[in-house]
Amino acid sequence: MTASRSGRARRAAALLCTALQATFFGAWAEQPDAARQQELLQLLRQDCGSCHGMSLKGGLGPALTVDALQHKPDQFLTTTILDGRPQQAMPPWRGILSKDDVAWLVAQLKVGITHE
Amino acid sequence: MNRTLKTLRLVVCTLTLYAVSAAAELRGTGDLGLIVERADGSIQLVDTSQNKAFASVTGLGDLSHASAVFSRDSRYAFIFGRDGGLSRVDLLQQKITHRVMQAGNSIGGAISQNGELVAVSNYTPGGVKVFRSDNLEQVLDIPADYAGSDTPSKVVGLVDAPGQKFVFTLYDAGEIWVVDLSGDKPRIKRHKDIGTKPYDALITPEGRYYIAGLFGEDGLALLDLWHPEKGVRRILPDYGKGEKRLPVYKMPHLEGWAIANNRAYIPAVGHNEVLVVDTNNWQQIDTIKVQGQPIFVMARPDGRQVWVNFAYPRNSVVQVIDTDSNKVMRDLTPGKSVLHMEFTPRGEHVWVSARDDNKVVIYNTADFTQLAQIDAASPSGIFFTHRAHRIGL
Repeated sequence: MTASRSGRARRAAALLCTALQATFFGAWAEQPDAARQQELLQLLRQDCGSCHGMSLKGGLGPALTVDALQHKPDQFLTTTILDGRPQQAMPPWRGILSKDDVAWLVAQLKVGITHE
Repeated sequence: MNRTLKTLRLVVCTLTLYAVSAAAELRGTGDLGLIVERADGSIQLVDTSQNKAFASVTGLGDLSHASAVFSRDSRYAFIFGRDGGLSRVDLLQQKITHRVMQAGNSIGGAISQNGELVAVSNYTPGGVKVFRSDNLEQVLDIPADYAGSDTPSKVVGLVDAPGQKFVFTLYDAGEIWVVDLSGDKPRIKRHKDIGTKPYDALITPEGRYYIAGLFGEDGLALLDLWHPEKGVRRILPDYGKGEKRLPVYKMPHLEGWAIANNRAYIPAVGHNEVLVVDTNNWQQIDTIKVQGQPIFVMARPDGRQVWVNFAYPRNSVVQVIDTDSNKVMRDLTPGKSVLHMEFTPRGEHVWVSARDDNKVVIYNTADFTQLAQIDAASPSGIFFTHRAHRIGL
């Protein structure tokens, strides 16, 4: 019960973030649709979470919190996600995630993903 | 008159006794276990004879990648949360008896040979902390400090070993430490330069070999605990090598390594393969093609079957290997995102968690029929109490 309620809260928060971004930064060229955004958030929490922690506070991989990422350029984050860091354990997500997916994820990470 | 009173008293006493025993429902714990609900900070307590969940315990914090060990009497579970929380749960009273926040970011733990100590391995601050198992009072803090760094190393692969020892691996430092707690004072033996980025480790079921997987280079690091003076040596030099490695979206778990018939079945890193290794000389003797990158490779307790689950994105299929022929004998689809499997003590059933379908599926391992299903919120690890009596679990 709690899970679905907090899940709804998270989704609402994410949608709000998206709406705000669209307002402030202008519309994204090809923003993932709502269903894809849900998939991406699930992937971020569960699969990125394998290494970065489900709450993104870090694990074997570094933390992906707003504080941790604030000085990292978007381009650096985008490249890291798409191409990985071969010397580290970070795999390339190109082929699984599109450039638009990654741009959207980076924007979400920069403003913070809401957690319970 | 007197006799009537005596009889009456006897009747009352007998009735009271019945009432008390009914209320307490005396029972053992050997067929109990727990399912981690990773997103909700809760666990479900389960009964493997009834194939049912009978209680839920909440308030355990961030349980992503959580694991559990059991007290020697199999009554208490120690739950290691990702957020540094260590909780002691009474399976019979169905509640948390003790809980401490012992670090900022943790990755698992172990219970000592005599059952008196529980150790936790931490990423932040990197190191190992040791607690009394009866009240979670801290008795020891071992920061994973190493030369050339101001920040202690993250610690992985913490296990118990015979002789009241804990063994663990320093991810950033590339070291294996053996802590001997059998005497008045802890004695720590450091093995340096074991390889780069050891990401996990296991101890073989008899407690002799401690083996760490290396992400940064090929091969595995092996320490023979019967002969620690020989130091750490490299085995399986081709492990993780060969044709172009696929991207690794999830590191394999080494803890579940299946060992059957003097052969170890181990997950290849970055390949859709399970490797078969002769444990007498640690040479690879066979390769079994599987449908994805293996995460857990676990032997049924009798060793006749090995069950394998897989990394994202091919994580909704489980494959069963027949160890007689070393061939995949069965594909199963329990549900979306299979994270873990746990056998009943003698292996007639296996419980499989399907995270994204919010369920745990119970299979008969003889004919692969589904026996029951338990609803659970984002279930991950499944842990049964028979682990209490196994070295390294």
